[in-house]
Amino acid sequence: MTGISSVAPWIPSLILLPLAAGSLSFLFGPRSSLGLVAATPVGIGFALIQLLLEFNDTGLQHYPVGSWGSPLGIEFRADGLSLVMLGMTATVGIFISLYALGYFSGEQAGGVWFWPLWWFLWAALNALFLSADLFNLYVTLELLSLSAAGLVTLSGEWESLAAGLRYLLAALAGSLAYLMGVALLYGAYGTLSLELMAGLIRPEPANALAASLITVGLLLKTALFPLHFWLPPAHGSALPPVSALLSGLVIKASFYMLLRLWFEVFPSALTPVFAQGIGILGAIAVFSGAWLAFHQEKLKMLIAWSTVAQIGYLFLTFPLASASPAGALTALSGGVYLALSHAMAKAALFLAAGAMLKVTGEDRIDRLEGVGRHLPVSLFAFAIAGVSLMGLPPSGGFIAKWLLLDAALATGQWWWAVVLILGSLLTAAYIFRVLRRCFLAPPEHAVFHSVPVVMPIAAFSLAGIALLLGLTAVFPLRLLEKSAPYVAEAAIPFTVVP
Amino acid sequence: MIPDPWLPLLIVLSSLLTGVLIFFVGEEQHRTRSTLNLVGAVAKLLLVGVMVWGVFHRHRYETRLPLLPDQDFVLRADAMGMLFVGLSSVLWLLTTIYAIGYLEGSPHRSRFFGFFSLCVTSTMGIALAGDLITFMLFYELLTLSTYPLVVHRGTPEALHAGKVYLKYTLTGGALLLVGIVWLYNVAGSVEFTERGALAQVSEIHHPALLAIFAILIAGLGVKTALVPLHGWLPVAMVAPAPVSALLHAVAVVKAGAFGIVRIAYDVYGVEFAARLGVLKPLSWLAGVTIIYGSLRALAQDDLKRRLAYSTISQVSYIVLGIGILGPVATIGGVVHLVHQGLMKITLFFCAGDLAETLGIHKISEMNGVGRRMPWSMAAFTVAALGMIGVPPVAGFVSKWYLGSGAIDAKQYWALGVLAVSTALNAAYFLPILHRIWFRPASGEWPKPERDGLETRPTLLVPTLITALLSLAAGLFAGAPFSPLGWAKLIAAREYVS
Repeated sequence: MTGISSVAPWIPSLILLPLAAGSLSFLFGPRSSLGLVAATPVGIGFALIQLLLEFNDTGLQHYPVGSWGSPLGIEFRADGLSLVMLGMTATVGIFISLYALGYFSGEQAGGVWFWPLWWFLWAALNALFLSADLFNLYVTLELLSLSAAGLVTLSGEWESLAAGLRYLLAALAGSLAYLMGVALLYGAYGTLSLELMAGLIRPEPANALAASLITVGLLLKTALFPLHFWLPPAHGSALPPVSALLSGLVIKASFYMLLRLWFEVFPSALTPVFAQGIGILGAIAVFSGAWLAFHQEKLKMLIAWSTVAQIGYLFLTFPLASASPAGALTALSGGVYLALSHAMAKAALFLAAGAMLKVTGEDRIDRLEGVGRHLPVSLFAFAIAGVSLMGLPPSGGFIAKWLLLDAALATGQWWWAVVLILGSLLTAAYIFRVLRRCFLAPPEHAVFHSVPVVMPIAAFSLAGIALLLGLTAVFPLRLLEKSAPYVAEAAIPFTVVP
Repeated sequence: MIPDPWLPLLIVLSSLLTGVLIFFVGEEQHRTRSTLNLVGAVAKLLLVGVMVWGVFHRHRYETRLPLLPDQDFVLRADAMGMLFVGLSSVLWLLTTIYAIGYLEGSPHRSRFFGFFSLCVTSTMGIALAGDLITFMLFYELLTLSTYPLVVHRGTPEALHAGKVYLKYTLTGGALLLVGIVWLYNVAGSVEFTERGALAQVSEIHHPALLAIFAILIAGLGVKTALVPLHGWLPVAMVAPAPVSALLHAVAVVKAGAFGIVRIAYDVYGVEFAARLGVLKPLSWLAGVTIIYGSLRALAQDDLKRRLAYSTISQVSYIVLGIGILGPVATIGGVVHLVHQGLMKITLFFCAGDLAETLGIHKISEMNGVGRRMPWSMAAFTVAALGMIGVPPVAGFVSKWYLGSGAIDAKQYWALGVLAVSTALNAAYFLPILHRIWFRPASGEWPKPERDGLETRPTLLVPTLITALLSLAAGLFAGAPFSPLGWAKLIAAREYVS
């Protein structure tokens, strides 16, 4: 398993490029941002494509840092799931970078610190998706949380400072719980490598405790109900490009870890009670999040509560994928695809909202009347991203919902199908609550400011990609089939069903 | 022979591209926008003409793209689909001309025509969809692209109508999705095939198939406006007249009815559906809807609302044609898909002419209007008589075949439904005709323009053409490419066994 299949430099470049960009941006200040935005995403994209090509040729990619493989050294690894997540990060990252160039071009506060923090955050995300051991995951997750908390406070207003502090404390508590769980596992098995651990782990009380600590820590970071309290203020009060990052990408990191750990490392501990329990929390999140989203006065708070609801959806993967081996692949693909399309759609929503708020100068939904005439592109972006969130075709959200529904009905768990359907109708309710405003004529005295043209275009591009994901699902889904959790799944005896 | 993969895709793209381009046209560039609209509509009509010819000669047209690892996006031309494609592409061209005239001088026209084209794109996709997932894709796109048209005016009533519309249609769409996913789970990927594909499914799954049928019909029934799922249709009347025309004659209501036709004939297969015992309840539902819609229409004074209830009633003729088993009733139901479209669009065009030219919205204001607008009102009369079923207008042909089908199948109650409904149709249309032609004018109307025409030519010409078409469809029903001839072709292909 530890055989070195490749030592090509693509894995470290994915981490080092944004890290270097962050350091340069820290040293040279906002002047350097244009050059860095021009260079870094291109480099990352190139490395990612090369990695993808090698993965297609030779399968699972390993990269031992300094040629020391596991169990002693630090090892990075790329499988189908990692590549999908890396691709998601790169796509959202490129458009958020472009958007931020426009957003911070005027006298907008926060531009100085945005760039270094954002590049570090990108590096942390890439490293996290490539990590092959529990401790490495911890380090990258910590780096991610710290840069994210810093980003929340950028606007310097009291509200966002408080939200940022609360976010930081929640994130630290989560990391602490995770670290304790990891320590227990290391004490028991003497290894941190995901692959080695997957072969060794047995259902024992100590492991159950470790798994619970890890899970609670990660649930807190993913903000699953009832651990979501920190999310709406943090995502709602941050600057729009930051909110897009947080809702689109950051929460996906801890969700990714949960999938990795539960379906690759300890699937044997995944009992029906636990899976259904997580699903119930998810369902409560779907309904309460949508309900609260519908009743918000501020546009960004509406989108933030929508994130709480959509996180609930993601966790339906657990009961659907663990019920029977027949539905596992479909459900896991559906869950990951939902995370993927939510990343694009939610980032697009926040970016579009950011442009609309800059135009009207106020974060209120009832100020949006007539905004369509001044920002038709942003409004379209909002609408298209909304379509994906509602799970209507043709969009990535539809494909995800289709897969999850398929898994629910194939395993006879019709109650999750009901949650899926009702949830998307509620989503439609709050999305159209915003959209219908835009058909009204603006009040006489309304003042509209102008925004750099790159902002609506970036939002629109991401929304368009969310839409395209509905028509080009075959490639990412085939990639996902080549992921370590599915391979591990195949190793469990019960998967052999004619 | 290898099927031609391009034509179905081109037909869908011709209006999609038009729509997307129109969104980028500036609000004031009327000439560019109108040119784009007309070029798109004419190009589509030509492509459809080629394809109708091809399908008649059993050429195969199929576009197939992978959508999911085990499911394809399929566009395919078959006889049934071509009937709907033909209707939509002819009426799109006419409605576009009408809408250009109707909306002259009103704001947000780029938005309107953009979504208008998307709406037609969805209709084309629905007609050409080769399997249920592709059908679903366009069916939901239709919901999304008609919403901006319904709320177009931005008034509180329009926004309210939009809300009601979405509540109904999105819920219907969700039910449809559940039904389709369940069906795929039971029977694997389901493509539309003549005479259905489900007869081979093993006996154990028959209860599930029964439940799925109910869910699918409930989902499609919303757009078809089957009672009790019809509540959105009268409310959606606040939309501009060309939108109502499109909604009632081609797009939304027809998409639902066409979906039911597909489910019954090309997914389940009528003979298998009859064995499952689902056709009887379906025909009863249609019968109730036909009577209920007519009764409610009687009580409306608002012209468009009366027409709306009339639509609820008339569209269920199509469903009734499915429910009465047998090729003759099938011909009657399927041909009504086209006939009702032609006649109803004429009626809505006339209602729009009256509202735009004279400001008339209510039936009680229509006294003597026949002398002021003779041409429009002649068109109205032809279509109204057709709706009642007076020969030689198209509606008579539909009713004739439905009636003979009911006798063939020994379903005499259906004959009763037809008789009652015809009486009711007469009861709510004849008084209008009486007002138009025989009562003295009650008020002062704006005088005609200098050129002597009763209204703008862009409004009048499409109205006259659709009226002539509904007359021609009845007069020349025996011709090979008439709607009836085509419906016979379909029935022959659905009932070979």
